[in-house]
Amino acid sequence: MARSTSKDAQALFNSLRSAYSATPTSLKIIDLYVGFAVFTALIQVVYMAIVGSFPFNSFLSGVLSCVGTAVLAVCLRIQVNKENKEFKDLPPERAFADFVLCNLVLHLVIMNFLG
Amino acid sequence: MLARTEPINGTAKPKPVSSPMNNFKSDLLNSFSLKSLKLKTKQQELLIRVSILCLVYVLAFITRLFSVLRYESMIHEFDPYFNYRTTLFLTQKGFYDFWNWFDSESWYPLGRIIGGTLYPGLMVTAAIIYWTLRFLRFAVHIREVCVLTAPFFASNTTIVAYFFGKEIWDSGAGLVAAALIAICPGYISRSVAGSYDNEGVAIFALLWTFYLFVKAVNTGSLAWALASAFGYFYMVSAWGGYVFIINLIPLYVMVLLITGRYSLRLYVAYNCMYVLGMLLAMQIRFVGFQHVQSGEHMAAMGVFFLMQVFYFLDWVKYLLNDAKLFQVFLRITVTFTVGVGAIALGVGTASGYISPWTGRFYSLLDPTYAKDHIPIIASVSEHQPTAWSSFMFDFHILLFLFPAGLYFCFKRLSDATIFIVMYGLTSMYFAGVMVRLILVATPAVCLISAIAVSATIKNLTLLLRAKNKVAQTASAKGIGSAKSSSKGLLDQSQPFHRNGAIALLLGAFYLLSKYAMHCTWVTSEAYSSPSIVLAARGAHGNRVIFDDYREAYFWLRQNTPPDAKVMSWWDYGYQITAMGNRTVIVDNNTWNNTHIATVGCAMSSYEDEAYEIMRSLDVDYVLVVFGGVTGYSSDDINKFLWMVRIGGGVFPVIKEPDYLVNGEYRVDKGASPKMLNCLMYDRARGVEIGNKDVKLEYLEEAFTTSNWIVRIYKVKPPNNRW
Repeated sequence: MARSTSKDAQALFNSLRSAYSATPTSLKIIDLYVGFAVFTALIQVVYMAIVGSFPFNSFLSGVLSCVGTAVLAVCLRIQVNKENKEFKDLPPERAFADFVLCNLVLHLVIMNFLG
Repeated sequence: MLARTEPINGTAKPKPVSSPMNNFKSDLLNSFSLKSLKLKTKQQELLIRVSILCLVYVLAFITRLFSVLRYESMIHEFDPYFNYRTTLFLTQKGFYDFWNWFDSESWYPLGRIIGGTLYPGLMVTAAIIYWTLRFLRFAVHIREVCVLTAPFFASNTTIVAYFFGKEIWDSGAGLVAAALIAICPGYISRSVAGSYDNEGVAIFALLWTFYLFVKAVNTGSLAWALASAFGYFYMVSAWGGYVFIINLIPLYVMVLLITGRYSLRLYVAYNCMYVLGMLLAMQIRFVGFQHVQSGEHMAAMGVFFLMQVFYFLDWVKYLLNDAKLFQVFLRITVTFTVGVGAIALGVGTASGYISPWTGRFYSLLDPTYAKDHIPIIASVSEHQPTAWSSFMFDFHILLFLFPAGLYFCFKRLSDATIFIVMYGLTSMYFAGVMVRLILVATPAVCLISAIAVSATIKNLTLLLRAKNKVAQTASAKGIGSAKSSSKGLLDQSQPFHRNGAIALLLGAFYLLSKYAMHCTWVTSEAYSSPSIVLAARGAHGNRVIFDDYREAYFWLRQNTPPDAKVMSWWDYGYQITAMGNRTVIVDNNTWNNTHIATVGCAMSSYEDEAYEIMRSLDVDYVLVVFGGVTGYSSDDINKFLWMVRIGGGVFPVIKEPDYLVNGEYRVDKGASPKMLNCLMYDRARGVEIGNKDVKLEYLEEAFTTSNWIVRIYKVKPPNNRW
């Protein structure tokens, strides 16, 4: 049982890796950005666990800015990906403009909330 | 030529051949008129729509002006006086001072941090309107702006309802929705001119947010999701009922996920709105960190994580392209995620980090909770469960159009109709729990009923027009053709169908006109009285106006030292501070139960005990409301049992059964001894019934208004005996 699941897991891993390498580079860049944002958020949470959560609003604004940019980047990826049929008629420039606008609002609010 | 003239005169006879010149001319004319007719139809439709919307806009505004026309332009009730006072402060001192305001004039001696304990949306909106009008050189007073803010926003709500209806169903439903919500009594009750309260603006913000979110889900665009986040921010700044939005939207997303309607548009819309909305909402100090700490907001966060999981699984499924491997992956991740999520939630709730649902909202889920545990919430008349008559009173025909509309929505299910169905059902449940929440249900009921009305009328008129066309073409094609026999049969049943359709249409119009009449009657009779000024019919049938409250408050303002402190029941606190400009002990904010209980204790004790309490609170004047002379039924004796209950909740020395006789509440000679001797009885009714020879030792009468409704007593300073 254990061996079959480990074999399954290996097969899973291999097929995932091969499929992923087939995605276009622009999407891979966005994925890298998302990974970076999530990683930064994790570091902040670990820091809070060590040092304590005062002032709470600064901690929240830091974590939420990372999570927010990650989420917005994922939304951008969805809208720009040519394989998604729902977003066929959306020009990628419009998607990017929306992304920039949302990020602007996000960071303005973060700066106000940072204290 | 023949084909073109047929629809006009519907005969089969060919036209006599005239000269080519005439033919050409009539040809040109016909084509001209038809072509311009075709253009005109679209423009005509636009014209009709715009004019209907303009009329509905004006109607929504003027139907709320009854009390301004009958009495004068003033602020009604109790809560709006506080809002008015804060708006006045905002326009005079500016935003920074307003945001950091600490008020020492209410809740003496505790004071109140106003900047951090209110929802600023309403005040900021009124202030902005005021500054805009001033900028355009209209010299308006802030009070006029405050009085007319609610009707203005009601008109805006009708426009939003039109767009929302258009999004859900079609523009016809939108128009009907706008018309219905313009005069619906459930909404009018809290948005008449003079009712300067949060709900007037909040319902607009609610519908606005919902519309933007549904639009975002339909289009999947980040821009609309950002707009809905801003709408949510406006709602959070305006009313505590934003909790409804932050729970309904995750519930809606869950339902979509369960019914297999997960889509990338949904992902984009919900995530953007949740993250940005949450961040924006935390800028309001009153809300603070509740979005990550309070149990009421956890549903949204849970659904947020769930969406990430769904997206991740979807993406892996797409990558793998192989069902078997995906099953394995699915098993691993689902068990992992559910386990982690449950542990996190359990730890959070058990350790108390995630606070449980607060009493106000918990009493919505468990309606009996408030009566046993939190008497203050139970005592507000608006928090009582709703009776059927209230539903009928506030909704009229919408009540039975609501299920019909639900039927239509289920027939044509889409993301948008699922939303409106959920909104309708949840809001109707809450409206059944608390009278005040009929207001939240009103937009949903109006929209769903509009769908029913619009779909029915559309079908009926289609029936009418189709029959006409069939009649003409059937007779034009001649009787000899094969099809005409069947059409002939249709011919025979046509009159019945047509008559039936006409009868139903007439019935529908009759119902709608009855609805309009009912709404206007309700508005004029029930919802247009400023409770601060009372009107009644005198002995000869003439109208008598009792302006006692304002008389009393202005007496306070002009005849007492500026630092005098007034003790009264919390209902009048806001009005005393706003109009009397004196410090009060407790007011309508009811944030400190113990303080209110102290006042309740004082009102229901013997005079000497009460005197001790009043000395400890530094009270100079006591204000009570007395209805004996005028037959005013909502005076302090009526509210007395609540004072006892609330006082007894904190000070066990006050026991409710002491004041009752055989479990009954009586105020005449047969009342219980404790009742006859307590402070409230002395002050309010002492002279008329029961204890006729009451002597006041520690208080002396300072002022009684012309109709004996408000009585003010001065607390005597202690004797210089020793």
